[in-house]
Amino acid sequence: MKRETPSWLWALLLILSIALPLALNAFGQDFYISMLSRMMIYGIAACSLNLILGFGGLVSFGHAAFVGIGAYSVGIMITEGVTNGWVNFAVAMAVSALVAAVIGAISLRTRGVYFIMITLAFAQMIYYLVNSIKAYGGDEGLNIKFRSDFGLGLNLKNDLTFYFVVLLALVSTLVLISRIMKSRFGRVILAIRDDDTRVEAIGFPAYTYKWVLFIIAGTLGGLAGALMVNHQNYVSPNLMHWTQSGILMVMVILGGVGTLSGGLWGALVLLILEDLIAEHTVYWQFYIGWFLLAVVLLAPKGLSSFFNRQPKVEVKGHA
Amino acid sequence: MSSILILEQALNGLQFGLMLFLLASGLTLVFGIMDMINLAHGALYMVGAFLAAWLVQLTQSFVLGVILAVLLTAVVGMVLEATLLRTLYARDHLSQVLATFALILIINESVRMIWGSDLPLSAPQALSGPVELLPGLLYPSYRLVIIGIGLAIALLLFLLVTQTRVGAWVRAGASNREMAMAMGINIRALFTGVFGIGAALCAVAGAMLGPLLAVQVGMGENILILAFVVIVIGGIGSVWGAFVGAILVGFVDTLGRTLLPHLFRELFSPQFASAAGPAVASISVYLLMALVLFIRPQGLFSGRS
Repeated sequence: MKRETPSWLWALLLILSIALPLALNAFGQDFYISMLSRMMIYGIAACSLNLILGFGGLVSFGHAAFVGIGAYSVGIMITEGVTNGWVNFAVAMAVSALVAAVIGAISLRTRGVYFIMITLAFAQMIYYLVNSIKAYGGDEGLNIKFRSDFGLGLNLKNDLTFYFVVLLALVSTLVLISRIMKSRFGRVILAIRDDDTRVEAIGFPAYTYKWVLFIIAGTLGGLAGALMVNHQNYVSPNLMHWTQSGILMVMVILGGVGTLSGGLWGALVLLILEDLIAEHTVYWQFYIGWFLLAVVLLAPKGLSSFFNRQPKVEVKGHA
Repeated sequence: MSSILILEQALNGLQFGLMLFLLASGLTLVFGIMDMINLAHGALYMVGAFLAAWLVQLTQSFVLGVILAVLLTAVVGMVLEATLLRTLYARDHLSQVLATFALILIINESVRMIWGSDLPLSAPQALSGPVELLPGLLYPSYRLVIIGIGLAIALLLFLLVTQTRVGAWVRAGASNREMAMAMGINIRALFTGVFGIGAALCAVAGAMLGPLLAVQVGMGENILILAFVVIVIGGIGSVWGAFVGAILVGFVDTLGRTLLPHLFRELFSPQFASAAGPAVASISVYLLMALVLFIRPQGLFSGRS
C-alpha cells in the first residue's frame, strides 16, 4: 500500500478550509468564496472519477455524463417546482446511479481501448439526448430561478453557506471513498485491478464488483452535478460534452491516479492555472495543452510524484 | 413519405458513411496495431479542412488545393507520430488519453492563432448545381462526387490491405504485434506510414465535408466520437469492419433523423412524437452500438487474433 497523507495534515487542511472563507467573508471577498466552492465541486467530481479510474483501473471516459445527469435532475425538478433540497439531491443521485448501472452493465463486458471508447460514446449519447429535449432548454441550457432548499435555516443563496454545504459534501465523499477502499470490497477491487482473472479464479465475481464500483462512482458524480447546477443557477448540455469528461480525467491524472485526494488537488491546480493564464491571453488552452503534455512526459504519475516517489501499478486493460 | 425522399436520404447516408470510413479506417489500425488510444485524430481532420480552405483560396483551384492539403496533413501526421506519439506506445492508456487530449488543445488553439476560428470553403463552381438521377430526384452533384471519391478510396484501401505486401504487414501487425515483429517486420517504420495514410484520409474527409458542414475550430471533436462508434461496431483493427460500421452508422444516423420523426408521428400522439422523435433520432447510432455490443462485445469483425 502506498503512504497516505498523515491525519494531522488532514486536520490542518480542514481547519484552513473552514477559516479561509470566514476570513474572505470578513474582508468582503465573497467572489473568491464562490470560486473555492466551484473548485471543490470539481474536486468531488474528479475524486469520484478517481474511484473507478485509479482504484478500479477502468479508464471510464464518460464521467461528465453522470455529473450532467445530476445537474439536469435537479434543474428539471426545480423548474417543475420541487425545491426541497433533500428530495433534489436524493433523486439526482438515484438517477445518476440508475444510468451508471445501465451504462456499466454494457460497457464492463468489454476492456481496454474498447471500454474507453464505449463509455465515451454512451456519454455522448446522453449529451445529444439532452440537446434534443426542447422542453428543458435543449442546446441553450436550463436556467433555474431558485436553488435547492434544505430547510434548517440553510440558505444556499448565501455564498458562505453554500461553501460549507459543498465542504460537507466533499469531506463526506472523501471519507466514504476512504472507507470503501479500506473495506473488504475495496481490497477485492484492488485485486481485480491488478489481475482480474486470478480474482475470478478465487471465486469472486469480478464483473459484479466492477459494476458496483461503477455505480458508486456515477452516484458521486451525480452529487457533484447537483451541487454544480445550484452553484451556477444554470446547466447546459456542454457540461456533459466528452471534452468535459476529458477535463475531469486530466484533473485526476494531474493530482495522482489512485490516490484518495488526487482528484481534488488536480481540480485545484487545473482551475487555478486556467484562471491565471486566461487573464493574460485568449489562447490559454494552448498553454494548458503544453503544460499537460509536459506532465505526461516528465511526471507520468501526476504532480504528486514530485513530492513522494512511490512505485505504482500502471493502469492498462489487457488487450 | 415519398420514396424519392427516402432514396435521397439513403444517398446522403452513404455519402456520410463513406466520409466516416475515411476517418475510422486510419484510426482502427492505430488502435489495432499499437493498442493506442488517439484522441487527436479528429484534430488532424480539422487541420486537413483548414489547410484545404486556405490552399484552395491561395491556388484558386479546388482540386490542387485539396491535393496539397492532403499531402501536407500526411506530413503533419507523420511528424506527430515520429516526435511524440511514438513515445506513447509503451505507456498506459491513461497517459495516451492525457497526451492526445493535450494535443487537441494545442492544435485547436494553434489553428485559431493562424487562421482564426473558421474559414470559408465552398464546393467548386462546376459542381454547385444538382443532377437529375431519376425523374423527380434531383441530387447535388457535389455530394455525388464525394460518394465517388469515397468509394474509390475505399476500394484502393482494400486493394492495399488485402493484395499488397505492405497490406499483409499491416494485417499481421493488427492481428499480433509481437509475432509480426518476430517475423522481421519493421513495425516502427510501418506504423509511421500507416499514421501518414490515416492523416491523409482525415484530410480528404475534412476537405470534402468542409463545404457541407463548416470549417471551424472544434469540428473534429464530435465526429471523432462517431468514428469511435464505427470502430466499436466494426471491431478494432479491421478495415473491412470499419467499412461496414461506417456505412451502417451513416445510414442509421441520416435515415434516423428523417424517418424516425415521421414514423413517430404515424404511431403516437403528435405531442409525444414531436418531443420523442428528434430525441430518439439523435441517439439512434448509439443504440445501434449498444445492440451490437450486447450481441458481439468484440465488434462485428475483430482484427485481433
